[in-house]
Amino acid sequence: MKHNNAKKNLLDTKPKKIAALVVMVALVLYLPKSGLLSPYLVRILTMISLYSMLSLSLNLLTGFTGLVSIGHAGFCAVGGYTSALMWQYLGLPWLVTAICGMIMAGVVGLMLAAPTSRLSGSYLTIATLGFGEIVKMIALNWQSFTGGPLGVNHIERPEFFGITLTTFNGGFFYLSIILTALVTLFVYRIVNSKMGRAFMAIRDDSLAATMMGVDVTAYKMKSFVISAAIAGLGGAFYVHFVRFLDPNTFNFDISIIIISIVILGGTGSIPGSFLGAALLISFPEILRFASEYRFIIYGLILVLMMRFKPEGILGGHSHRPFRLMKGVESYGN
Amino acid sequence: METKQDPILEVKNLSIQFGGLKAVDDVNFKVNRGEIVSIIGPNGAGKTTVFNMLTGVYQPTNGQIFFKGEEIQGKTPQNIVKAGMARTFQNIRLFCDMRVIQNVLLGMHTNTDYNFFDLVFHTPKYRKLEREKQQKAVDILKFLDLDRYLHDYPTNLPYGDQRKVEIARAIATDAQLLLLDEPAAGMNPEESEELLSFIRSLVTKGFTIVLIEHDMNLVMNISDRIYVIDHGRKIAEGLPQEIATNKDVIVAYLGEEEEEDQLEEVEHA
Amino acid sequence: MILQQVFDGLTLGIVYALIAVGYSLVFGVLRLVNFAHGATYAFGAHIAMVVVVSTNFGLFWAIIISVIMTGLMTMFMDRIALRPLRAKKSKGISALITTIGCSYIIQNALMIVFGSRSKWFPKIFDYGNFQIGNVLVKSTQVGIITVSVVLLLLLTFIVQKTKIGLAMRAVQQNAKAASLMGIDVNRVISFTFFLGGASAAVAGSLISGYYQIVNPQMGFIAGLKAFSAAVLGGIGILHGAVFGGLVVGLAESFAAFYIGGGYRDAVAFIILIVVLIFRPNGLFGKKVIEKV
Repeated sequence: MKHNNAKKNLLDTKPKKIAALVVMVALVLYLPKSGLLSPYLVRILTMISLYSMLSLSLNLLTGFTGLVSIGHAGFCAVGGYTSALMWQYLGLPWLVTAICGMIMAGVVGLMLAAPTSRLSGSYLTIATLGFGEIVKMIALNWQSFTGGPLGVNHIERPEFFGITLTTFNGGFFYLSIILTALVTLFVYRIVNSKMGRAFMAIRDDSLAATMMGVDVTAYKMKSFVISAAIAGLGGAFYVHFVRFLDPNTFNFDISIIIISIVILGGTGSIPGSFLGAALLISFPEILRFASEYRFIIYGLILVLMMRFKPEGILGGHSHRPFRLMKGVESYGN
Repeated sequence: METKQDPILEVKNLSIQFGGLKAVDDVNFKVNRGEIVSIIGPNGAGKTTVFNMLTGVYQPTNGQIFFKGEEIQGKTPQNIVKAGMARTFQNIRLFCDMRVIQNVLLGMHTNTDYNFFDLVFHTPKYRKLEREKQQKAVDILKFLDLDRYLHDYPTNLPYGDQRKVEIARAIATDAQLLLLDEPAAGMNPEESEELLSFIRSLVTKGFTIVLIEHDMNLVMNISDRIYVIDHGRKIAEGLPQEIATNKDVIVAYLGEEEEEDQLEEVEHA
Repeated sequence: MILQQVFDGLTLGIVYALIAVGYSLVFGVLRLVNFAHGATYAFGAHIAMVVVVSTNFGLFWAIIISVIMTGLMTMFMDRIALRPLRAKKSKGISALITTIGCSYIIQNALMIVFGSRSKWFPKIFDYGNFQIGNVLVKSTQVGIITVSVVLLLLLTFIVQKTKIGLAMRAVQQNAKAASLMGIDVNRVISFTFFLGGASAAVAGSLISGYYQIVNPQMGFIAGLKAFSAAVLGGIGILHGAVFGGLVVGLAESFAAFYIGGGYRDAVAFIILIVVLIFRPNGLFGKKVIEKV
């Protein structure tokens, strides 16, 4: 089974790749200011970017490590509340609160991972659901701290170098793009390294992974922590974007949206997370009239994908050759 | 045949009990460096259970396992792999949604020494090690004549080659002792012949092999020594010729008609 | 006072048991957690409500009709969404995600048809209250306990003493062997789903008849609590589900009284997490050894 490495692709040479990248970046930077897009559309793109980041984080846990989680919004909530409350009580700038949000979410991820690492399949999934509900319940009942059902209001927008980000100045858009780009690079590097291989081995056959020397429990925890931290970052972004947070902001519906994106776009596929986010975030806007049916359609997507293409649109086995590092002799393969 | 007397593996009084059932009862054997030792016996005799105890899947209820002089019974599978013992499985357990080369790279997990910081920031250490390991993985595949499958997913490979990939993955762990669990299962005579010369070549590369097998042709032709297990107990040990003519073995396992075939086999060997 | 909590808790618990039994039955034959079970419970309550409100049939017949329709709906879900996965020999996780999807479809369909606000439901077994010592006993509660107990006994009878029950137990133990013995495994599975849906419909009607409210989201929380009950008792084990349901009901009743209403829902989650951490196989469950 020889793979054809001949230069079929227009973009195969390095200078062309760099040129394409520059054009794309320029386009992205210009877009909000161009007047081509209404603030409404910029907002949609920002949401797509955010959900791409969230689904990348869930993909790492579910698509690459095989731990199906339907309580991921809980991590967003931890990140969001940490960031919002740190702003409210301590007045700290966004960058600080967001990083703290990530750390808190990571810690909570570790707390969830520790007892659940022995659980198999469905049991783990149900535990993640329970987790999501517990986070919501704590947010709801710890009124003195979180504001309970009233939540946190008029959350301040992030400020960088004296400029407050708004939708109008494209600030949120740029921030979300930057964050998502960083997260994508981060996840990409993890997946293509020893850590990513350990994750995938756990997904495919955790006993064989153990027998090949992988500390399965430790790696499951690592997967949870990293995935949770990224979700926390997303949460911290979102609450300062919509400027409001209550226990219902990151509820089960959000967890379902995120896992639907992962499943639709492709488990174990990084581009899949973007595709899934683009499809699932834009269609309710496109089909405004059908917004009531939104969740029925999410449900249908889950059912239909499992029936016809469980690995997702871009998931499953790749037809492209494996990218060996530069300098590795592959004997013509 | 020179006797090699440098024991890399010594098993003493090994026993394990599941509830009321003694699956393995007081088994003793040893393997010298550079040997090919086979463990044979009827189905359900406890052979794979022995492997499982050697590799840390099960904890023996009794007995000791010495690997390179050190006691390893009760150690975790991860530590045993690090110590230098790796295995393949009765039913092939490759990582089906990872490519062949990724499977081999995974075998190198315990001897790839970069950390999280390195891999996120692509430090020089990461780049050097990852490149080394990728090259080594390709080289191992080439050695096994599997390099054409580099990019492929295991389920696309012919069965015999899948088994070889599993062996490649075990080799990648830098193990000195390989435990092969029925490597010839499901192979046709041609593939078995190939496997035979392949296992011999492994020994010349410095590996020691312990084999569980049912393919008597392979076992008789390749083994330096054979242990026979039945109902969890060792019932015979010795050279292939000795085993072929051992009454207890024949009764427990080989069966009447096979006896004649085996005698012929040994005469022509 | 304690006796009052015990009684209230048992009433609640017996209904949780009725829902939990549905999870157990399906898990028993399929090793699948039917995530849509909670939505099924809500579906059953709504059907009963519709019949009562728009016809002259009265509550009894409304529940009967609901039982039939909910049972059929559940069978239909299995037939359309789950059976093809079994035929394809899909991974277990696919079925779980499918049931999550179905849960969403059912719940949101209810929201579209009935609106997301709560609706009125007639009081069930409304014959007044009476005192036994310190305990206020409502006839509603007596009725609920009676119906639930009868139903649970009926289900136990079906599973233990009938031919189809024997087939169910055979499929639970070893589906392949069962099919080789001539059992139509898919039909057994369909029947199991029917039983699950039917019992959920009754449970839904009983709860709605007690609180006099139906709401499309009622299935989510009730489903999770019943699932905790099933896991506590050992999922797949019938008497475990009943025991678990009673424990969860009692715990919730006591928690609501002594700690406060806001955290009453938390009790079931805490039980779930504790069980999953310390004894995932539940109180009556057996440990399964994986063969290498």
